[in-house]
Amino acid sequence: MKKSTLIVMAVVVVLFLLSWVLKASALQPEQGSYILRGFLVTFAAFLTLAVMSFLYQDNPFYKFAEHLFVGVSAAFWMCMGFWTTIVQNLIPRLSTSLADYFMVPQRPEGLNLFFYTPVILGILLLMRLSPRGGWISRWPLAFIVGTTAGLNFIRYLRSDFIKQISSTFVPLLGTQWEGIGPFLSNLDLSASGQLVLLLSNWVVFLGVFTGLIYFFFSKEHKGAFGVGSRVGIWILMITFGASFGYTVMGRISLLVGRITFLFGTWLELI
Amino acid sequence: MDIFEKLMKLDRRWVFLFLIAVCVVTYAADFEIPVLVEPEVEAIFNFVDTLPAGAAVMIPIDYDPGSLAELHPMTYAIVEQCWRKNLKVVFSALSQNAPGMADQAIRDISDSLKVEKEYNGVVYPPREIVNGVDYCFLGYKPYPAIIILSMGQNFRLPFPLDYYGTPLDSLPMMRDIQNYDDLACVIDISGTNATDYWISYGQGRYGFPLAIGVTGVSTAQYYPYYGSGQIFGIMGGMLGAAQYEQLADNPGLAKDGMRVQWSAHMMIIAFIVLGNVGYFVSRIRARRGERR
Repeated sequence: MKKSTLIVMAVVVVLFLLSWVLKASALQPEQGSYILRGFLVTFAAFLTLAVMSFLYQDNPFYKFAEHLFVGVSAAFWMCMGFWTTIVQNLIPRLSTSLADYFMVPQRPEGLNLFFYTPVILGILLLMRLSPRGGWISRWPLAFIVGTTAGLNFIRYLRSDFIKQISSTFVPLLGTQWEGIGPFLSNLDLSASGQLVLLLSNWVVFLGVFTGLIYFFFSKEHKGAFGVGSRVGIWILMITFGASFGYTVMGRISLLVGRITFLFGTWLELI
Repeated sequence: MDIFEKLMKLDRRWVFLFLIAVCVVTYAADFEIPVLVEPEVEAIFNFVDTLPAGAAVMIPIDYDPGSLAELHPMTYAIVEQCWRKNLKVVFSALSQNAPGMADQAIRDISDSLKVEKEYNGVVYPPREIVNGVDYCFLGYKPYPAIIILSMGQNFRLPFPLDYYGTPLDSLPMMRDIQNYDDLACVIDISGTNATDYWISYGQGRYGFPLAIGVTGVSTAQYYPYYGSGQIFGIMGGMLGAAQYEQLADNPGLAKDGMRVQWSAHMMIIAFIVLGNVGYFVSRIRARRGERR
């Protein structure tokens, strides 16, 4: 290890300890466990800065924070799965003695042998860890893939296909069209007015129509078809731009959150 | 090397540093950015505001600490509005790190309810929020699609016990609540794809009124569902949260963060303009050089 790396690490350790002591002393002792809370706030600040240090370049502090996050998340997920699903939902349906052991109330409907099916499938799935019996895990995996595909097929067909298509069938002249004369004499420029509604409906219609033209590859994109395709790509670009704008806002929001923590909770400057 | 060439070769780390500096300075400064409320956010506020006292609302908290800055303000504003209006709230968490978020929000908002406050000209007296009476926190279960479908039959199927280990039948408010039919609406606040499941498996299968609060990154992809009427409202990122805070007359972290958003966006726009000016000027110069 380089000498400069050791110096940086020593400085970070000293700053960490200093922050811990100062934070713990700043917290009210009567609130209890102020040493632990001082450590937790300091450690959270250290992890925030460690992750942000990646913006400068990859470094051991970032690696540490990244590995810690992955490890803790995996362990937390496993524990949550065990205690909230296996212990709370499965065990009371399988065995009275096991339910008593884990101190969870028995299900009012009593034991149900049907619930041995997921137990067996779960054990078969774990066979993947065995070098010789790994192939057995393909059976429960096939069950998972089959049921997921079936459920998702219905889901997409209903909410993302039929519903979305039907929502593009919009009246291009608005819902209260009585002719150009009444339209101009009652021209309403407000967001809920007929003009805006009319424009919105045309944007939806043209957007969907030209977008579909762009993705139609059985005919060369030339002439009027090419114009439609060009409009379609413009619509797509505007959509991606709006999405990217929201992404920027989201990332800045996360930065705001971290600034609030670092300068508010940790340093108490803001 | 002139200024335009320097702009083209500017190290991105300077941009990061400048952005962080601008955000910190703006956060410390005290000024307010006007927030324009959109109809999709107002629809959620009006729906909750017109519910009768005692009605039950479900608020799934489906986000982890990574989305806390954007989504926590939404939760705080909506739940406080619900409790001030004596509505009952059913919480769930379909993301594995979400129970901590929900638990923290419940404790913080319960504390703020202990103080008398005035929102939109109405004075709300202090009140104690009681678990099982004012709210029920179902906790976490994996596989959102299956959980959402089974909650439509009965909440007790996937959640025999609440988050704190109490059987649901022991909670007074849950005695009258069996499934989505007994709820006024579901307002999903999510930083995961659980929103997709709420729309297709929840609203699509059971037809309850659904509104969503999502991160900025995923807002655009959910607008088609608003257009098709599958959701009656949508709050997008910190801006959506700020709009809700404005409507609820309860300014919080989101409204506070709007001035940072404003300054950061201005800076990013300025950098985009500068970068493009540098690009076009150097391209024009290169063409002139070729002609000579």
